[in-house]
Amino acid sequence: MTAMLEVRNVSKSFGGVVANHDISLEVPEGRIIGLIGPNGSGKTTLFNSIVGYHPIDSGSIRFKSREISTLLVPDIARLGLLRTFQQTRIYGEMTCVQNMLISVSERNSRFIDLFTSQTGAGVERADELLEFVGLYEKRFLAAGTLSFGQQKLLEFAMALMNDPHMLMLDEPTAGINPTLINGLIERLRRANAEFGITLFVIEHNMRVIMNLAEHIYCLAHGELLADGTPDQIRNDQRVIDAYLGAH
Amino acid sequence: MSETRANLNVFFALAAFGVAAPFIFPNYMAQMTELWLFIVFALTWDLVGGQMGYNSFGNVIFIGIGVYATAVIQVALLYDVGDYNAARGGGTSFVFNEMQYLEGLALGLPVSAIMAALLAVLIGSAVLGMRGQYFAICTLGLGIAAGEIAGGWEWIGAGSGMTVPQPPPAFPTTRLFYYLSLGLAVITFLFIGWLLRTRFGLAINAIRDDEDKAEAMGHYTTRIKVTAWAIAAFFLGIAGGIYGNLKRFIDPTDVAFPGQTIGVWMVLMAILGGKGTILGPVIGAIIFQFTKEFFWTYLLGWQRVALGVLIVVIVVFFPKGVVGYMRNRRAARLIAGQGR
Repeated sequence: MTAMLEVRNVSKSFGGVVANHDISLEVPEGRIIGLIGPNGSGKTTLFNSIVGYHPIDSGSIRFKSREISTLLVPDIARLGLLRTFQQTRIYGEMTCVQNMLISVSERNSRFIDLFTSQTGAGVERADELLEFVGLYEKRFLAAGTLSFGQQKLLEFAMALMNDPHMLMLDEPTAGINPTLINGLIERLRRANAEFGITLFVIEHNMRVIMNLAEHIYCLAHGELLADGTPDQIRNDQRVIDAYLGAH
Repeated sequence: MSETRANLNVFFALAAFGVAAPFIFPNYMAQMTELWLFIVFALTWDLVGGQMGYNSFGNVIFIGIGVYATAVIQVALLYDVGDYNAARGGGTSFVFNEMQYLEGLALGLPVSAIMAALLAVLIGSAVLGMRGQYFAICTLGLGIAAGEIAGGWEWIGAGSGMTVPQPPPAFPTTRLFYYLSLGLAVITFLFIGWLLRTRFGLAINAIRDDEDKAEAMGHYTTRIKVTAWAIAAFFLGIAGGIYGNLKRFIDPTDVAFPGQTIGVWMVLMAILGGKGTILGPVIGAIIFQFTKEFFWTYLLGWQRVALGVLIVVIVVFFPKGVVGYMRNRRAARLIAGQGR
């Protein structure tokens, strides 16, 4: 099993605050890997570092054995490493279909290709994926008028439209009502199995992550605390202490 | 899709009216020429301000480039620009015959367009990294600075301005500039309309709605923003060249870089008609030009107060402009019709 994403000894601090200290982890191709940790443990900072949002202080990040820690955000996205946002980001004033169409991968396109019209195939694919997340009926509504949970689903569909090799999801189930959560887990699994997308998921909902992930990394205070299968993590005294505040 | 068709129909009706208007209203040629240019100003402002969400108060820079570049090229083809301006361009020593006059324009307008677009790329690369109000304030400053620079440059007449080459007597300049402006407005509309239907149109909308997201999805946002501004500048450069010739005399701050008048008006026209729509700026420009001329004729002395009241009324009661208001009403009617 080759590691698709390799994070080696990454550190990042903001002023005096050490957000990530000497973190190493890897995400093998085709798997679903989880990342957990109490609030403020540095999960989102690590995500931001990986996708090039801010430079890292030291260490190395490799995606498909290519160093990406010095690349810019759009270049990393074009390599097929995509992230969704914790706060959910969609294009509010555009319709769902438009949101989907502009999310088509830019991987092999040149700048001049922007000056072409939409293809029928693109629209078809957009409709398919909107159907997949259950938003087909709302496809001509402005994305900003959708409920928060629906916006999360739309953001997920947009990510799929981009044909990523690996998708990093920042709390995909936060703010979604419990009945929708099961549907979402199911869809994440299908994205992994049917579309072959490697998933790397930050999640606070323990029931979700224990069900979904095959391997889990746990951060606390900016450091890697433990990693293992869901069962190992569930029974790890250090993880339990971190969540209950023994530190 | 049907809205695109409806937009085109409205516009072609307007363009047909534009072609016929000189014969129907021969007394209002100057106002209508100005109207076509205003439509260009509003449409190009909206491309960046409305569709892309970058409110620029500095688009007059590109008008000014067009105004000066066209005039300078018109002169430079035959005379020394420094001498011409030192002599204030008048008298019998600087004469242009019909062919020379047309040649100057034919070369001046396209060169102005290219210069304005290049300048937009240059400035844009530096300032389009700024977001929101920072960009707005920065462009405002650049617009003022441009006027001051032109006002201090002796070669182009400095603060005392530059006289545009006078056309030969009996030359139908009024009609020439009318149709040039009309043609430019039509081409600008059709081009921007096409642009908004491409992926580029979606991309600038995406930048307006969430630029970080667009970047995270793999778009080179700065390059896209600079391109959009350069396209706006291209058309503004031509419009500026025509505008300067229309005014006959170039004052650096009143005609070339009129930040306090046209710089504000173009924003107002786009908002009045409906920001972020293709027809909005056109409708806004028409309403604005009518009310402006009306105020200047019947409320002279109070025209700026009346204009101020108009701005307040628009912003308070029609924040989405005429087109946005109608769209909301139609949506409300549709929902009511479905009995929901």
